Amino acid sequence: MTKLMSGAEMVVRALQDQGVTTLFGYPGGAVLPIYDALFHQDRIKHILVRHEQGAAHAAEGYARSSGKPGVLLVTSGPGATNTITGLTDALMDSVPVVCITGQVPTHLIGSDAFQECDTVGITRHCTKHNYLVRQIEDLPRILHEAFYVAQHGRPGPVVIDIPKDVQFAIGTYIGPENIEHKTYRPRLDADPALIKRAVDMMAAAKRPVVYTGGGIINSGLEASRLLRELIELTGFPISSTLMGLGAYPASGKGWLGMLGMHGTYEANNAMHDCDLMIAIGARFDDRITGRLDAFSPGSRKIHIDIDPSSINKNVKVDIGIVGDCAHVLRQLIEAWQGRTADAPALARWWAQIGRWRARKSLSFRNSKEVIKPQYAIQRLYELTKGRGTYITTEVGQHQMWAAQHYHFEEPNRLMTSGGLGTMGYGLPAAIGVQLAHPESLVIDIAGEASILMCIQELSTAMQYDLPVKIFVLNNEYMGMVRQWQELLHDGRYSHSYSAALPDFVKLAEAFGAHGIRCTDPSLLDEAIIEMIETPKPVVFDCVVDQTENCLPMIPSGKAHNEMILPGDDEELEAIIDSSGKMLV
Amino acid sequence: MNAPAIPLSPYSSALGKSNIEIHTLSVLVDNEPGVLARVVGLFSGRGYNIESLTVAEVAHAEHLSRITIVTSGPPEAIEQISHQLERLVPVHKVTDLTLRGNAVERELAMVKVAGSGQNREEALRLAEAFRARVIDASIESFVFELTGAVGKIDQFIELMRPIGLVEVSRTGVAAMSRGPEPT
Repeated sequence: MTKLMSGAEMVVRALQDQGVTTLFGYPGGAVLPIYDALFHQDRIKHILVRHEQGAAHAAEGYARSSGKPGVLLVTSGPGATNTITGLTDALMDSVPVVCITGQVPTHLIGSDAFQECDTVGITRHCTKHNYLVRQIEDLPRILHEAFYVAQHGRPGPVVIDIPKDVQFAIGTYIGPENIEHKTYRPRLDADPALIKRAVDMMAAAKRPVVYTGGGIINSGLEASRLLRELIELTGFPISSTLMGLGAYPASGKGWLGMLGMHGTYEANNAMHDCDLMIAIGARFDDRITGRLDAFSPGSRKIHIDIDPSSINKNVKVDIGIVGDCAHVLRQLIEAWQGRTADAPALARWWAQIGRWRARKSLSFRNSKEVIKPQYAIQRLYELTKGRGTYITTEVGQHQMWAAQHYHFEEPNRLMTSGGLGTMGYGLPAAIGVQLAHPESLVIDIAGEASILMCIQELSTAMQYDLPVKIFVLNNEYMGMVRQWQELLHDGRYSHSYSAALPDFVKLAEAFGAHGIRCTDPSLLDEAIIEMIETPKPVVFDCVVDQTENCLPMIPSGKAHNEMILPGDDEELEAIIDSSGKMLV
Repeated sequence: MNAPAIPLSPYSSALGKSNIEIHTLSVLVDNEPGVLARVVGLFSGRGYNIESLTVAEVAHAEHLSRITIVTSGPPEAIEQISHQLERLVPVHKVTDLTLRGNAVERELAMVKVAGSGQNREEALRLAEAFRARVIDASIESFVFELTGAVGKIDQFIELMRPIGLVEVSRTGVAAMSRGPEPT
C-alpha cells in the first residue's frame, strides 16, 4: 500500500506500522515537523523526558523488559549528543534501540549551523548502524530497515538522522512488508556437525559447567525455556553473567549463582576447575574471566554466540558455534536425545561444588545498629518476591549486591548497565520498564551518587503517573570507588565522598513524590512495605554502613581460584600486585 | 595449579610482537556514504594496523565498492579483524586472500627522480629493467610509473634513493583471487 505524505508523517506512520506504542523524546527545532505529526495522532504515546540521556536509557529499559525495540526521538546537535551514553550502553549490552534524530536542513549541513553536529559521524562508533537520510525517497525504506537491523542478529542501537527539509518533503510511503536489509542475514541455525561434536563432548564431560549470558535473554523467552530443559536433561551445573540473570531460575537445582569478579565462590571455582565449559550467549568479558592466562586452564570450551566476532575474541575455544541461542539450544536438546551424562563423575563434581558452596561466600556479618546493604537487599527481595517485580540498578556496589542477594526467577526482570557500567541508568530505565509493564512493581536499586546523575527523570515519572520505586543504598560514598581506593590506593579516598548530599526525602517531596528514610535495621521491613504500598513514585533513602565492601571478589589481575572471601578483607592490599593495579 | 600455556587474547598477544603476519583482505561493501569511515574507524577504534588501503567502486549498477586492506598482526587478531568487518551492516563479503592463498596482488607507484649526467642515465637503465614507464620528463627530472608486487616497488624505490629520489606516490595494493571463481 502506498500513499503520499510528508517525511514527518512517514516517521510517525512507520513507527505505528512497526507496532511502536511508546516513544521517548524531547522536542527541538530540527524535529518540530515530526512533533507536529505526533500531535495529530494518539496511537503512539509520547513520553517527554527531562534529558535526552534519560530517553535513551528509558528506551533500553522498555526494550529489555519487553523484548520489543525501544524508540526515542530527539533534536539535532545537543539532543543527539546527549543520547551518546545511552546508545553506547545499548551497543555494549546488545539492546535493540531505534533513535531518530533531527538534523539541520540538507543545504546547511557542513556549515556549522545552529544546533548542527555530525550525528552520523559521532554515532558511528556507538551504534550497530546509522543512517543520514538525504532524500525523501530513501526515508520509508530506511525507517523499516532500521527496525530490522536493530532487532536481527546481535541486537543493538540504530540511529536515523533526518534533516528538517526531508521531514517537510512530500513522498510516497511504503509499508514495512518485505523490507529487510538487502544483505544483512545473521545466521540462526548452527552447523549440525558442530552440534554433534558438542554433544559428544558433553556426554564425555566429567566436570562440566554451563556459563550463560545476556544472549539467552535477547534471544527471547523460548531460549530461557530451552536452557532450563537442557539443564534438567543433563544435570549440569549452571552459572551466569550479570546480564544473563533470570534466564535460569535462582531457585533451580543446577544454579551456582553469578560468576565473575563479584560472583560466588562455587561458580568461579567451578569455572576454574571444570573440564568442559559451555558458554551460551556470553562473551568472555574481563569481568568474567579475570586473569586471561589463568582462565579455566584445564577445560575444553564450547562457545555459542550469534556474533561470529565474539568467538575466539578473548578466549580461544575448541568449538565455536554461530547461531541464535534458542535455535542452537533446540538443536543441542534434539541431539542429546538418547545420550546420558557421566553420572558417577557428575555426582563427584557436584560433591566438590557442595564443598565450595559450604564456604557461604555471600555471607556477611549483620548488625543491629546499622543497616548492612546486603541485608537491605535481602529484605527487599523477601518482601517483593513472587509478585513479578522488575528490578533496575545504577552502577556500583549496590548493583553487585542486587545481583548477589536479589534472586531472579525469570528473564527480563533485571535491567542493569553491564558492559558500559553507566551510572544514571537505573531511574530512566525503570521508567521505561514501568511503561512496558504498567501494573507491575518496578524498583530501581540505586546508590546515592548514581541516582543524582539522572534524578531529573523523577519529574517524568510524576508527569505520567509512573509509580517507580527508587531504593537508594546511601553510604555517602561512591562505594565501589571507595572500595578500590581502600584496596589499591592505601585508603586515600580521593574525591569519592558524596559531600553536600541533598535530603532525599525533601528531594522526593519537591518533585511531588513520596520520600522515606530508614536508618534502623529493625524498622526496615515496615519502611519497605510502606514503599511498596505507596501508589506513586517513592525515593527510599536507606542509610547503610559506610564501610561495607562488596565481597566476594576476584581482585584484578587474579584468577578465579584466587578470590577474596568475606573475612579476608583485612589483608586486601597484600593481595593485589602492581600489575593488577593497572587494570580496571 | 600450574596453568598450561593457553593462547592469550589477540590484544595481549599483539603487545608481544611475536608471530606478526601480513594479510591482504578484500572487502566488498555497499558504496554508500560513510562506509569507508566505518571500516577505517573499526581499525582505529580497535587498535588494528593498516599497512595499505585502496577503495573504488567496482560495480556501478549494484553500488558496490571493493576495499582492499593490507593489515598486520598475530593470526588471532587477523581472524578477529575479518569477523569485525563482517559484522558491519554494509559489508557483503570479507575474503582473507593471504589465508586463502593463490591471489594476485599489484600496486602502482609514481616515483620522481631528479638529477643529471650519469645519475640520469642510471635511472633510465634501472627503469627499463623494472619495466617502469616515463610519464613525465624535464631537463633535470623524471616521473616513473611502475606497477608490480609490493616488494618490487620497494626495491625500485631503494635503488632510486641514491640516484636522486624526490618523492613517491603509491596506490596501495589491489588484489584478487586467481582462477575463474570470484574473490
